[in-house]
Amino acid sequence: MLKIAAITLPGAPQKITTTLSTRDRLGHLLVRLGWRRRQYRTEPALYRIGSPTPESPVIVTANYTLTVDTVRDACAGLDLWVLVIDTRGINVWCAAGKGTFGTGEIARMVKEARLDKIVKHRRLIVPQLGAPGVSAHRVKQLTGFDVVYGPVRIADLRPFLAADMRANDDMRRVRFDIADRIAVVPIELVMAWPLLLIALAAGLWLWALHAATFWGAVLPLLGAVVMGTVVVPIALPLFPFRPFVLKGLAGGILWALLMIALFPADLLTAARHLTLLPPVTAYLAFNFTGSTAFTSPSGVKAEIRWFTWPLLVWFAVGVILYIVDMARGWLS
Amino acid sequence: MRYLESVVTLQLDTAKCIGCGRCAEVCPHRVFAMNDKKAAIVDRGACMECGACQKNCPADAITVQAGVGCAYALIRSRITGKEACCG
Repeated sequence: MLKIAAITLPGAPQKITTTLSTRDRLGHLLVRLGWRRRQYRTEPALYRIGSPTPESPVIVTANYTLTVDTVRDACAGLDLWVLVIDTRGINVWCAAGKGTFGTGEIARMVKEARLDKIVKHRRLIVPQLGAPGVSAHRVKQLTGFDVVYGPVRIADLRPFLAADMRANDDMRRVRFDIADRIAVVPIELVMAWPLLLIALAAGLWLWALHAATFWGAVLPLLGAVVMGTVVVPIALPLFPFRPFVLKGLAGGILWALLMIALFPADLLTAARHLTLLPPVTAYLAFNFTGSTAFTSPSGVKAEIRWFTWPLLVWFAVGVILYIVDMARGWLS
Repeated sequence: MRYLESVVTLQLDTAKCIGCGRCAEVCPHRVFAMNDKKAAIVDRGACMECGACQKNCPADAITVQAGVGCAYALIRSRITGKEACCG
């Protein structure tokens, strides 16, 4: 739990600062790598930024500390009320998908914070990406507060407020550009650690049995995992086709060819690379659908229908060739 | 960037639409536009089925099979037979 302010007046909303400390930034770096991600939570409550009055706007956000800090950072110089609701430490978009950032929790927190006694207006600015969990007309029925959907990005809050709480088309549109992709890639790699370990072990085993060079044995396997979790996600638009499985296969074939070119490979080794590596990369790239903000569940289900068996067969051939290659080293 | 467009399940019943404009407000891919005080689907293929429009339509004019869009969760639900969830 983040300790925000030292002084607490009973019943009075705590003030939060808008300057992020070195410690905050270190926390962001660690949490991006997956360190204590589930525990990175802010106490759900009504907070003050600057010196809000009963006329000041109320914005609603999730209690993932990385989210709260992004709000803090973007709101320097503004006077606002911030209603942090309990999403179990999950960001707005993911919590909205689960419904924890939702109508019921907003209504509960509005009542618990006695918001109707604190502000004179009856408006809540809810982040637009929270809308999958929130039913604006239900919030109105339950609390008497109108929901105004704010911009997708908190950085646009200032122009949004200046424009009388109207968002232009650009503020309403979700992007998923290279900076967004780079931010979510470290966690992909960290979560893939069991696979990295298996890849390393398989490579070392091959190296121990085989005449192949150390890097020639280890790099193809490790690289296939990195290709699927880091390279394809970051360079997503550069890989051909729309299905993520095909993007991953393209990346995996590219990697296999690179390995064949780089290290001495006979026919068996080349065939092993081309069968074992692309399905691994394809599966990992396919998993990245979970981190994007433009893939539909129907699309993901279609990919599962189309590609599960072909990939499994492809991979099985790879495993067989790997065993044959190992046996060759062992016999010689 | 765009994804598989032909499988999108989004449907709008224009007869039920009361023209409040909420769908156009909440959609992060600008799938809806307001024409003549009625909502219209103008870019169906961009829909990621997040369900925001359906949830915020007071007239129940929108249906979409909304849900978790990540492969890992959907594969797991396929294997275990349970509902998909990001864990």
